[in-house]
Amino acid sequence: MRGGKAARSALLRWGVLAAAIGAWQIATRTHTSVYFPPPSEIARHTHNLWFSGPPTHAFLTPDATENILPSLARMTTGFALAAAAGIALGTALGRSRRAYALCNPVLQFARAVPPPALVPVFVVIFDFGTQMQLASIVFSAVWPVLINTAEGARNTDPLRIDVAAVLRLTTAERLWLLFLPSALPRIFAGLRLSLSLSLILMVFSELLPGTANGIGFTLTDAQSRSDLLTVWAALVLLGALGYVLNTGLLAVEKRLLGKGRPA
Amino acid sequence: MRRRRQELLLGALGVLLAFGVCEAVGRAGLVSRSYLPPASEVLARAVELAGDPVFLDGVGATVRAWAIGLGLACAIAVPLGLLLGSVPVVDEAVRAIVEFLRPLPSVALIPLVSLLLGSGTETKVALITYASVWPILFNTVYGLGETDSLAKDTLRAFGFGRLSVLLRVELPATAPFIAAGVRISAAIALILAVATEILAGFGEGLGIFIAQSGLSTDGTRDVLAGVVWAGALGLVINSALVWGERRLFPWTPEHRGTR
Repeated sequence: MRGGKAARSALLRWGVLAAAIGAWQIATRTHTSVYFPPPSEIARHTHNLWFSGPPTHAFLTPDATENILPSLARMTTGFALAAAAGIALGTALGRSRRAYALCNPVLQFARAVPPPALVPVFVVIFDFGTQMQLASIVFSAVWPVLINTAEGARNTDPLRIDVAAVLRLTTAERLWLLFLPSALPRIFAGLRLSLSLSLILMVFSELLPGTANGIGFTLTDAQSRSDLLTVWAALVLLGALGYVLNTGLLAVEKRLLGKGRPA
Repeated sequence: MRRRRQELLLGALGVLLAFGVCEAVGRAGLVSRSYLPPASEVLARAVELAGDPVFLDGVGATVRAWAIGLGLACAIAVPLGLLLGSVPVVDEAVRAIVEFLRPLPSVALIPLVSLLLGSGTETKVALITYASVWPILFNTVYGLGETDSLAKDTLRAFGFGRLSVLLRVELPATAPFIAAGVRISAAIALILAVATEILAGFGEGLGIFIAQSGLSTDGTRDVLAGVVWAGALGLVINSALVWGERRLFPWTPEHRGTR
């Protein structure tokens, strides 16, 4: 019974998606526009451009290894640095009410700055290149994790803190057994926001003139040549990337929160 | 009460400390002053800009695009969210499409939309609208799902139609969730407004001021002053929305604001 229902719902979802792509295909075929190429051509172009390489290179073309991989590396490094710094600083701040009160206004301001506004500052300081891009990603992605972690650690059940004091847990034990588990749901809420910010800043910092490679560079390069097929291909790639990353993070969250959560 | 005052005092101290550190780093000459000017110079410049009509016009243009985009996003997302949330089949049917559209980082659309619409206000508004639709849409659908089913059933038992259940029970119950969605979207809309302007590089707007200052020699002071304005703008918008939510929906835990 349940299986049948799930199958029907999956059929509905993917069926409608397929129908929408079909309608798009027909519309663009009958009503040819330079700006809206048919999806079949976008798919073919995506394949030719990036995924038609030799099996020895995991089917990646040189274009893909030169542009997609650096982008991914920058994004994941930036996100990892921001996550690590955010969780560490956030836990430290969340454990002391005074420290939290001291930093809160500054944090609120830092978070309110729209991240792209700071990119020109990093361009001046670091010049164009990976350093500037990493700095932009880290600086924008760190705040959601930091603030959420601090909030989460602050809301640790006071009763459990008392128990930990009675049991004479060491600081490390308290961190590991008390603060982190109770902050974990909030940490993940922050991580999800940070992940999408990392992706946004990765693309944005590559869109700026002066970058030499990356998916964002591919986009601006194609835009300047009015190569609409490549623009669309890059968009599809970025959408898929965002989907995969988000789904991955959700899976990790489910595993960690489902099992490791204290009763 | 004393605790609250102590927290405010500590916060003010924190701001002063941060300011002092920036000032010291700027003055110490660790990095060239044209790279990282002292905080006092940046702040003075930011204040000076408040009297510059050209700059204020730019900020006005950014805020206008932000407001139009966010308004359009509300006009699209709320009815759509109500539809998706109250008709499960439609929700199920478009879910896959939505799941593919949403994770696309909206700044990536800047090149395409610029090709389509040029680099004027339309481009900005279109991008802001696209990016702001998602949080409002998802919060509306989520809020509808959280509506008290007893209240709905009661109304239905009295013979009220679908539309009046929606207007009398579901919409009021969903309003706090919608408001929270609007607050998230407001921040995203500002990001898109500034990002589009920085990439366009000409016209008028806060982002354009920042981008152009970045290109001139010794422009960091101006860039940072623009960043101070952008941050203040974000802070004012967020505080106003939080304040509005608190006044309108004082009963929800939502308004304690997590994002």
